[in-house]
Amino acid sequence: MESLIVILVGILVSVGTYLVLSRHMIRVIVGTAILSHAVHLLILAMGGLKKGVVPLLGQSEDGFTDALPQALILTAIVISFATTAFLLVLAYRTYKTNGTADFRELRGISDE
Amino acid sequence: MNNLIVLPLIIPIITGVILVFLRHSIMLQRVISTITMITVSIMSFILLEIVESEGIIRLDFSGWLPPFGILFVADSFAMLLVLTASIVTTICLLYAFSTIGKQIETMFFYPFILFLIAGVNGSFLTGDIFNLFVCFEVMLLSSYVLVAIGGKKVQLRESLKYVLINVVASWMFLVALAFLYGTVKTLNMAHIAQRVAEVGQEPLLTTVAVLFLLVFSLKAGLLLFFWLPGSYSVPPAAVQALFAALLTKVGIYALIRTFTLMFPLNQDITHTLIGVMAGITIIAGCMGALAGRDVYTIGTYNVIIGVGFILIGLAVGTEAAITGAIYYLIHDIVAKALLFLIIGMMVYLTGESVIKNMSGLIRNYPLFGWIYFIVLLALTGVPPLSGFVGKILIGQGAIEAESYILLAIGFASSIIVLYSLLRIFLASFFGETTISFEDRKPIPKGAYGSFIFLAVTIVFIGVGAESLSVYVKDAVNTLMNPSVYIDAILKG
Repeated sequence: MESLIVILVGILVSVGTYLVLSRHMIRVIVGTAILSHAVHLLILAMGGLKKGVVPLLGQSEDGFTDALPQALILTAIVISFATTAFLLVLAYRTYKTNGTADFRELRGISDE
Repeated sequence: MNNLIVLPLIIPIITGVILVFLRHSIMLQRVISTITMITVSIMSFILLEIVESEGIIRLDFSGWLPPFGILFVADSFAMLLVLTASIVTTICLLYAFSTIGKQIETMFFYPFILFLIAGVNGSFLTGDIFNLFVCFEVMLLSSYVLVAIGGKKVQLRESLKYVLINVVASWMFLVALAFLYGTVKTLNMAHIAQRVAEVGQEPLLTTVAVLFLLVFSLKAGLLLFFWLPGSYSVPPAAVQALFAALLTKVGIYALIRTFTLMFPLNQDITHTLIGVMAGITIIAGCMGALAGRDVYTIGTYNVIIGVGFILIGLAVGTEAAITGAIYYLIHDIVAKALLFLIIGMMVYLTGESVIKNMSGLIRNYPLFGWIYFIVLLALTGVPPLSGFVGKILIGQGAIEAESYILLAIGFASSIIVLYSLLRIFLASFFGETTISFEDRKPIPKGAYGSFIFLAVTIVFIGVGAESLSVYVKDAVNTLMNPSVYIDAILKG
């Protein structure tokens, strides 16, 4: 099960990387969103997947399920949600002001 | 008593939230934010005193004992940086009052400054590596807003790149965290250090360490600084000063903490890598500073040189070098803030950023010119001022460890720094003035106040290095002997 998830993470990362490297703003933003989903799955896989026991020490004989990765992922999701929302607003404003959504046209030197 | 540690994080956040509701009462916002920052500075000073006399203190949130809960740890290193950061922020606020303009002030400028400093202080104080990620994000989200605040064309263009780079860097941070958690099954920094020491730093852990190096290098501008000059030259001057003073320093702090506490065992790989990166950073920074024609380019590349120089201290890793790195870190926070405030004022006075188009500023504003001269000397490392102690100690460390190449690069960079800043001084401050004495714009009193405060701080750090040395020694002791830190967390 872990291997499957890790392969899925790999696929998501490659999709995300492809999108981040493209020229269009929205594609790049979607790319970062996909990347963050990939890393959330990675954290889940790293914590060990479903074991069917309670997340408390000493409550069952087969050890315990590690609940911490889920807490980490929850935090990370909230942060990536906020960042993506901010990025979308920023991209919209940049598009409005600069009149383009193409990163090649946004190059330029800082003193203009 | 321990509860005091959380104040440098929680006070700015609470007042920041309150200020959001006082959007149109600018005067009230100014007063409240100043009082907040002064309180935080005083609190950090008291904490520094306590830590120095009683040893490391920690606060376990909700009573979850380490290694299970999130905790804040105050050691001298963290507290020194919290104190410096809070003082510099207070002074930058003073500068902002008289220069930033009403339009930006009503766009929640002060709340975001407070959130920024909360994130910075949190990153210094936290003892949990996932919490470090969260504090980084608090700081970064505020910085995203502050880069774009004002909404000028060039700002929006550069801010988008800045945000994207940082989003990708944060993503890598999470990847590194996931692998670290998968390997050592803990997130408490002291506990990580203990477990890494138990299993020996095997190749897999070294790989994770290198991943962390990559992440923090992006934040600190170590080698991966290509995003820095563009995004640091667009926001308003007060924000620039804060960025140059604080943001890269948080990355440096994280690097020092990571590689002295958590992954100190495989120095052949990690510290060599840091050394090489620091060397290349300085060389590239020097090239940029030499090639720059406008004040912003020269200023931002000087930030990069500073980053490289501090990390020579970490790469060398002897006691003297680490001491030097801490002194230089404190100096760099203050001096870079002043440098960028002055640059901002130069652009405000002349309406130009290219150095050739400004001339004779010192005739109209003598004091202003001489304060610039003080910064120039401090950044070069001339004896009575703040840069000297750090430079000499890092140099001494490099000689002890026989890293002569780093030593040569480090000290050669001082000359380049002198040359690049002297170019601004000769071209823009000396010479015939283009604006007559009657037509000159006056420098606002608040701005003068902030220059003088920062200049006094620079002189104090230089002349009073002895009075700082108690705290720095304590900080170095903790950094050189990770067991002090680990015992304070896990055995206390």
